Amino acid sequence: MSTLVSVKNLSKVFDVSKPWLNRVIERLPKAHLTATSDVDFDVEENAVYSLVGESGSGKSTIGKMVVGLLQPTEGNVEINGVDLASETDIEIIKQSRTDIQMIFQDPYASMNPRWRVRDIILEPVVASNGDTEGLAEKLLEQVGLAAEDATKFPHEFSGGQRQRICIARALASAPKLIVCDEPTSALDVSVQAQVLNLMDDLKSELGLTYLFISHDLTVVRHISDRIGVLYLGRLVEEGTPDQLFDAPKHPYTQMLISSAPKIDGFGREVDPPQGEIPDPIDPPSGCAFHPRCPIATAKCKSERPALRELDDNRVACHLA
Amino acid sequence: MTEPILSIRNLVVEIKTRHAILKAVDCVSYDIAPGEILGVVGESGAGKSMAGNAVIGLLSKPFSVADGEIWLKGRRIDNLSREKMRRLRGKEIGVVFQDPLTSLNPLIRIGDQLVETIMEHLKLSKKEAERRAISALEEVGIPAAAKRVNSYPHEFSGGMRQRVVIALALCAEPSLIIADEPTTALDVSVQAQIIALLKRLCRERGTAVMLITHDMGVVAETANRVAVMYAGRLAEIGPVRDVLTNPKHPYTDGLMGSTPAAAIGLEKLRQIPGSMPRLARLPKGCAFSPRCNRATDKCVQDPPPDLTAGEGYAACWYSLKTECTG
Repeated sequence: MSTLVSVKNLSKVFDVSKPWLNRVIERLPKAHLTATSDVDFDVEENAVYSLVGESGSGKSTIGKMVVGLLQPTEGNVEINGVDLASETDIEIIKQSRTDIQMIFQDPYASMNPRWRVRDIILEPVVASNGDTEGLAEKLLEQVGLAAEDATKFPHEFSGGQRQRICIARALASAPKLIVCDEPTSALDVSVQAQVLNLMDDLKSELGLTYLFISHDLTVVRHISDRIGVLYLGRLVEEGTPDQLFDAPKHPYTQMLISSAPKIDGFGREVDPPQGEIPDPIDPPSGCAFHPRCPIATAKCKSERPALRELDDNRVACHLA
Repeated sequence: MTEPILSIRNLVVEIKTRHAILKAVDCVSYDIAPGEILGVVGESGAGKSMAGNAVIGLLSKPFSVADGEIWLKGRRIDNLSREKMRRLRGKEIGVVFQDPLTSLNPLIRIGDQLVETIMEHLKLSKKEAERRAISALEEVGIPAAAKRVNSYPHEFSGGMRQRVVIALALCAEPSLIIADEPTTALDVSVQAQIIALLKRLCRERGTAVMLITHDMGVVAETANRVAVMYAGRLAEIGPVRDVLTNPKHPYTDGLMGSTPAAAIGLEKLRQIPGSMPRLARLPKGCAFSPRCNRATDKCVQDPPPDLTAGEGYAACWYSLKTECTG
């Protein structure tokens, strides 16, 4: 298999300083929030790569940089060998843009309520002057809705059905890569199962590649071929689902997995993890996890661990 | 068996609309014993929060309790006057809502919010109430509580705020806590902290807890018994281990099959076709019959009976263990 997406040293820093007049009067320095720092990963073709992490870990920022909604501060994203941020050939840019689509978390906010479903689905094709004849109807049937639904408005559908429409819209331009940002978080379990199964079917039928962003470990374990765990904007561990869940190597991954509620954990008493995610404006020195880590040493406080190969995984920990 | 703290009998909550009267909660009965955590699960629109709101008397306009009885420690509370109910809330029933930011007044220091609640319900002087507020914060695990009482809600993180809300719910030592999705807005590691806290307080004080959630994993780890709701009705109730590992109602079975955690090693999730019916268009017989793969003519025609089987029961004509005929 070949690599479809290649992310290299990706960093994003947001300027969160107060307005300059306040800075002058209150003598405040500039403040920067490092949302993503030195993230490196590859996504194979026709695979599902998942990014997991708690809120503030930078997973959505990475997703937005991959589709080109945000410009990276440093590093680059190559999709099929094309770096959208530096590419100058307009034809290549146009082609790569149709190759990438995105599905968002909230199916209520991601569709224009005054547009008919047909127009919503066809928009990415119309934008690139493609052939739209009968396309919306075909796509609706492909995602498990009826062809007649094309003339309805979004409010006539339930949350699960809306998410199917979003998937149909993402499929309209025949993309290679779909970035899914928490696509099932707003859905009920039984509807989530329907949507996950649909995404899985479409992946094998159309040869799609997913970059799947989620905070739900059970969903990620089910759907992924490879998982990257993020903490405070850094990739701390990467591996296959079985490796990661059966033998997590980074203390943060271990903590995340042991604190997630287990469906068969009747009366389980967990020793809850200490502390919370630190402030990303003022992250800890060295390894960002050291203030919460049960096995941290002096080296962890001073030196940032590099992501290194370990068996088939990659881990960023001095002690793994 | 000891006398239950909360006892709900045939509760019906109605919504009056211009066109019809809809039943958001239909004939629901359950008990919660002292020190017990009852998990109430179901998908959105199943009526699980509505039942909780009926208990605390927070139903307002189109919603009303149309039938049934609610008993708290042997006293009937569904027909109390507004004023009596107001005094009961907080004193006897504590509430923890999903979003800790909207449950706290952003303009008042958290210490003052606690003192207000304590003085409202317990006969204490301001000094004593302040001391008590600090010990309540210490109990829920807020570091440097004596200093933090003077902070405003925005100075706390999400998990810490939810701890403050729990301290508020507990400060008048209620016998029942209604926790409506208390960890849904929180990250997993913080969720584990809050759940451990709820379990400890419940064990130490013998407080009964009604834990409303949609997360089967949280229920499995926290609850003693679980009630599964579907379209306003109770589908199944019983000890948590029995219900989750050996469900009697096809809906519970389908719900468990859809949970990714239960499908480790499987290619596909087992999905329930369709979605929950709208209250205005409930099927005639069993509400689950259009989505049920075992439904027969009988299920379509007649509402299911309450099949009593041991400690729990499932509202199904053919609970899963018996052979389906017809």
